[in-house]
Amino acid sequence: MLNKIFRILTLCRKEMLAILKDPSSRIVLIMPVFLQSLLFGYAATYDLTNAPYAVLDQSRSGASVELLSMLDGTGVFHRVATLENEQQIQDVIDNGEALLVLQFGPDFERNLYAGQAAPLQVILDARNSNSAGSAAADVGAIVASFNQQWRQSQGGSAPALTIETRAWYNPNLETRWFIMPSMIASLAFLQTVMLTALSVAREREQGTFDQLLVTPMSPSEIMVGKAVPPIMIGLVQSTLVMLVTRFWFEVPMAGALLTLYLGLLFFMVSSVGVGLVISALSANMQQAMLYAFMLMMPLMLLSGLATPVRNMPEPIQILTYANPLRFAIDLIQRVYLEGVSIFAVWHDLVPLTVIALITMPWAAWLFRHRLV
Amino acid sequence: MSDAHAVVGRHLHKRFLDKESGRTIHALKDINLDIPAGSITAFVGPDGAGKTTLIRMMAGLLRCEEGELQVLGLDVARHPQQIQDRISYMPQRFGLYEDLSVQENLDLYADLHGVPPEARGQRYQRLMEMTGLARFTDRPAGKLSGGMKQKLGLACTLVRSPELLLLDEPTVGVDPLSRVELWEIVEQLRRDEHLTVIISTAYLDEAERCSRVYVMHEGEILAEGAPEALSAHARDRCFMAVTHSAEPARALQARLLDACELVVDAVPQGGHVRFIVANPDSQHDPRLRSLLGDAEVQAMTPRLEDGFMVLMRRRLQHMGHSHEASLAAAAMSAEESTPQASADATREVMIEVRDLVRRFGDFVAVNSTSFAVQRGEIFGLLGPNGAGKTTTFRMLCGLLPASSGFLQVAGVNLRTARADARRRIGYVSQKFSLYGNLSVMENLEFFGGAYGLRGKRLRRRIDTVMEQFELGGLERTPSGHLPGGFKQRLAMAVGLLHEPDILFLDEPTSGTDPLARREFWRRITALADTGVTIIITTHFLDEAEYCDRIVIQDAGELKALGTPREVWVQAGHRADSFLNMERAFIDIVNQGRHPKTANTGAVIATGEVLHA
Amino acid sequence: MPEAAANAPMTETDHGVAQRRTVGAFLRRLYALTRKEVRQLLRDKSNLSIGLLLPVILMLIFGYGLSLDVRNAPVAVVMEDASPAAMDAISALQLSPYFSPVLVRSMHEANDKMLSREVDAVVRVPSDFSSALAAGQGRLQVIVHGAEASRASIILNYATSALLQQGVRLQDRSGGASGDGIGQVQVDSRLWFNAANTSTWYLVPGLIVLIMTLTGAFLTALVMAREWERGTFEALFVSPVKPVEILLAKIIPYFGVGIIGLTMCLTTARFLFGVPMEGSLLLLLFASVLYLFVALGIGLLISSVTRNQFMASQISLLVSLLPVFMLSGFMFDLRNVPFVINVIGHLFPATHFMALIKTLMLAGNIWPQIILECSILTAYAVLFIGLARLVTRKRLD
Repeated sequence: MLNKIFRILTLCRKEMLAILKDPSSRIVLIMPVFLQSLLFGYAATYDLTNAPYAVLDQSRSGASVELLSMLDGTGVFHRVATLENEQQIQDVIDNGEALLVLQFGPDFERNLYAGQAAPLQVILDARNSNSAGSAAADVGAIVASFNQQWRQSQGGSAPALTIETRAWYNPNLETRWFIMPSMIASLAFLQTVMLTALSVAREREQGTFDQLLVTPMSPSEIMVGKAVPPIMIGLVQSTLVMLVTRFWFEVPMAGALLTLYLGLLFFMVSSVGVGLVISALSANMQQAMLYAFMLMMPLMLLSGLATPVRNMPEPIQILTYANPLRFAIDLIQRVYLEGVSIFAVWHDLVPLTVIALITMPWAAWLFRHRLV
Repeated sequence: MSDAHAVVGRHLHKRFLDKESGRTIHALKDINLDIPAGSITAFVGPDGAGKTTLIRMMAGLLRCEEGELQVLGLDVARHPQQIQDRISYMPQRFGLYEDLSVQENLDLYADLHGVPPEARGQRYQRLMEMTGLARFTDRPAGKLSGGMKQKLGLACTLVRSPELLLLDEPTVGVDPLSRVELWEIVEQLRRDEHLTVIISTAYLDEAERCSRVYVMHEGEILAEGAPEALSAHARDRCFMAVTHSAEPARALQARLLDACELVVDAVPQGGHVRFIVANPDSQHDPRLRSLLGDAEVQAMTPRLEDGFMVLMRRRLQHMGHSHEASLAAAAMSAEESTPQASADATREVMIEVRDLVRRFGDFVAVNSTSFAVQRGEIFGLLGPNGAGKTTTFRMLCGLLPASSGFLQVAGVNLRTARADARRRIGYVSQKFSLYGNLSVMENLEFFGGAYGLRGKRLRRRIDTVMEQFELGGLERTPSGHLPGGFKQRLAMAVGLLHEPDILFLDEPTSGTDPLARREFWRRITALADTGVTIIITTHFLDEAEYCDRIVIQDAGELKALGTPREVWVQAGHRADSFLNMERAFIDIVNQGRHPKTANTGAVIATGEVLHA
Repeated sequence: MPEAAANAPMTETDHGVAQRRTVGAFLRRLYALTRKEVRQLLRDKSNLSIGLLLPVILMLIFGYGLSLDVRNAPVAVVMEDASPAAMDAISALQLSPYFSPVLVRSMHEANDKMLSREVDAVVRVPSDFSSALAAGQGRLQVIVHGAEASRASIILNYATSALLQQGVRLQDRSGGASGDGIGQVQVDSRLWFNAANTSTWYLVPGLIVLIMTLTGAFLTALVMAREWERGTFEALFVSPVKPVEILLAKIIPYFGVGIIGLTMCLTTARFLFGVPMEGSLLLLLFASVLYLFVALGIGLLISSVTRNQFMASQISLLVSLLPVFMLSGFMFDLRNVPFVINVIGHLFPATHFMALIKTLMLAGNIWPQIILECSILTAYAVLFIGLARLVTRKRLD
């Protein structure tokens, strides 16, 4: 038993050396993660922070001016053009100058005073349907509050209904709060799987795997020895992203660090298992790299990172049960943002464990039985 | 522009920056060359001599910064493309497209070199004959054995007749039969088409066929001239010790080699020992006499290899580091470890193989092969490329399951045995297969640990093999950056680190120069004396004479088995004649291939053939 | 020695003949090299699956799997006041296509549902709601789960405006006179270029960019590096082959794969997902070809510089694929990112192609934009392929 452990440790040490010795591969392991976490933090946002708009105000009335000033007051909407006629609407939208155009009809204010509905035309450029949707919702909310103010100013009764809103775990509803914790898992996932996928394939290509197989090491020892270093590297990468999240982007952490790492460990073990299977199946590095890549793209996309898993059709949701990243993202969000304990995320740990229990022995079996 | 010379070099220097250490390596030092058109010229020398660098420069692949190099009358620095249009070049590691078939690889190079379709038929046929690849034209190049790949690379280079042919170690790992064919083709090309051939090689019998030979060492030219002129360096110093004792020739050879103040070189040959004395007077030295015992001594005509050994020896002495020390270190294995099987009474069977078969699809790589190897034996596996040697090896080591048959190594089948059984074997594969980016020490530490060595015992073993294989001072060098000979030594060191009972060596001497080969075999014979069983494959048939017993395989079949002399008899020769393993090999393979025309196969000219 | 003639002085006609012969030799070599590349491509399952299978998988994922749109979001409604007025107030949620409300008994139960993510939001109707409403002080509480921020904010906005409008309506009714003489603004939204308001329409054109980048930059980055790594170039270099021929032979097959990918994407986009084709198809093809050249140039440049498959793959992921995802306006609108990131985003050719392709598919032939983006793409193509040519030398040092 002691011998076994010792042999595994020897292999771990060698793997670490092989990965970290080359300065360029050290850079490749740290820099992309760092750059990506910064990039994602800034660029990955669905929040509407800048909505350029144009106005075609045919009423030229106090009411329209008041409404527009409320719009400007949000800080999100910026007027980029004041239009003269309807033809210009086409131009500003087409060239992307404005995300939306507000059109007040000639009798906008008159209708309001007449106690009638005063239509406000909102034309949105929906080439990016997400931005368009957010803008529409924002305009809707602003108009609603304008209506209430208008009522009061016109001597109507005070608003009978107020709505109190609150957002749990992310009071300002920033995308970053959602994206960054997810990145703790997904950025490390990318490189851990790639690294593991290459590990056996590289040895096969360079002929060193035969040399390893003639030693007294058993396939399961090789498997463990090959799995531990990428798991550790994955945890280091996760830590890096976590530091950026916590201290650069200042997303407050609600959960316990220990819980988070325990969850990450489960996740890393199962992703390294996936990587090892790819590696054992590939004949050379190129295949390993391409197959790993081919698997990772869908896994990333269907993890809930890009769009919520619940928005997916039922059959695809079932498929995602084989996706370690899906559970990791859920787990980390709960622990990081909601601060739950490890017992509250058992339903995430179970699938991760199952994935690891299938992939790891499979990989070990393949080491000796797949002949390339 | 001179028509008389194909290559003219003046004061050539080449420096590389070693990125790892930041040091500049002076790979070529003031080289001057005049290679006449229409000649065959050889470059010989140990690893790091600068042969490859020089050939790459001629091919326009390396920048020529200092000095002047003209190829075919054109300045290489200024017109590399024009030169490349007119020459053919075979790099040391010919990069075949492994997913293309043999035929497709050939076609690609024929197309690129603009060989017209009508000229191809005959040329292809000839090349296929030479390489023995005709059966495999549809096979992907990646699925060929190592030697076959090399031959295909050669065939791709020879698809057209250039004005200048550059061959960088073209016959590494190529079997003797194909080498004969290759040389016929090269000589015919030179005769018929008056092309110039430049070749770098580790085989001095090949260099002997060239009109001019350059001996290089560490970036300098040590000597140049016709092979006869170079052989003359060993004039009056070459002898044959004809023994009649039961002791294997290699024992006497080892004794002679160890007496380095008297003897420059010794090799087993024809069942006897050929040796070179340090200077003509030494032949009468009483110490030599006592070493030789009752062997009678005949004077021999020197060969190029003899001249080369004398030259290298002189050079090494001059530079201060000596071959003697290396040999002493090599012989050390014998003294260092205690003989494991002193009781020879029961010759324990270490490896047993019965009716072993391995098929890949419908291709039979190894067919009903049976043999047994005893403890302390040096057992040689010989055969042409693709004969199934490596496949047999991989099955023995448990890397490949057998299709059928019985197989036991150290009493177990390594494929199914518990992992610990593998501790009893050491394995040195054909291709360098240690971790290239790890240092020498890290590799040793890792494999030591993998074999369960640790702590003081590991340290002691590492120190021992470091000394034994003279790796001192290289502890921190990444093993991938070592010169070829050192890589091979490191691989051996790793294979022996855990003191295995059985050592598997797959073509360990391919591409190594005679100097390194002597040291290598000195180590092997010393090891065998301590009771280590050694299984080895090789293409140098003179090396078969170091073996206790050999098998010859061809196309998966076992063709001959026995001591070198038994095999010589099996090849149809008289038992008391002077044996020539190259000859025996060719005869046996040809008998198998064309039963009717036995003994009429081509004979390679390996210097002189002596008849006892 | 037939080549010796090359050194002799040439007459006019000799020159013509020689030139024709050079062109012939060039084409012959190019054909041989291209055939080799095509064979390698077809034999390597991993290459082919990235080139052809992955696009199909991505198409399906993007078409069916991914959606940013909020539809039928589950909302827990806590009815602490079960009066008809309260029921009226929340009826707005029942009618809305965006929500599917679930009635729960207590706030406690709602909390549990939020924690287990069974619901995205909670609407709470306090026990004194009807009396407060009658007094003109009705109060409703909307709580969203903020973790998935974008979804949460859309839900919040939709819920608030739906409830408010209903509130105004209720007030009108309780006030008796339906018209108390006070008008109100009614928003009449029109979504241009994406009348169905589905994210598929904007994700699928972006996917074309992604797939072209994949075949162009990622796959080619590997092929060139592979030859360096396996030493196949050394023998190839010492032949009449010119660097241009080597590069062209690498470009041609992957160009083909890219075009097949493009065709598949366009067909599925048009016929499976009903994405419109407002602009000219011909222009779209032209722009795609331009971008394919840019991507191929990037791939070749990366692999010629790194000469190592692992590094090449990492770098091409970093400079080509990641920017497509993050910085090109594919998923995330560049209008919403900090200025510096926006500028960086516009340095990547993918951003320009992305804008172009969305315009052509969803908006139409908007000429000033087309001309601008096409010229930028052309400049990039020339730059990258030119650099790749400069870097590819028949030298080992």
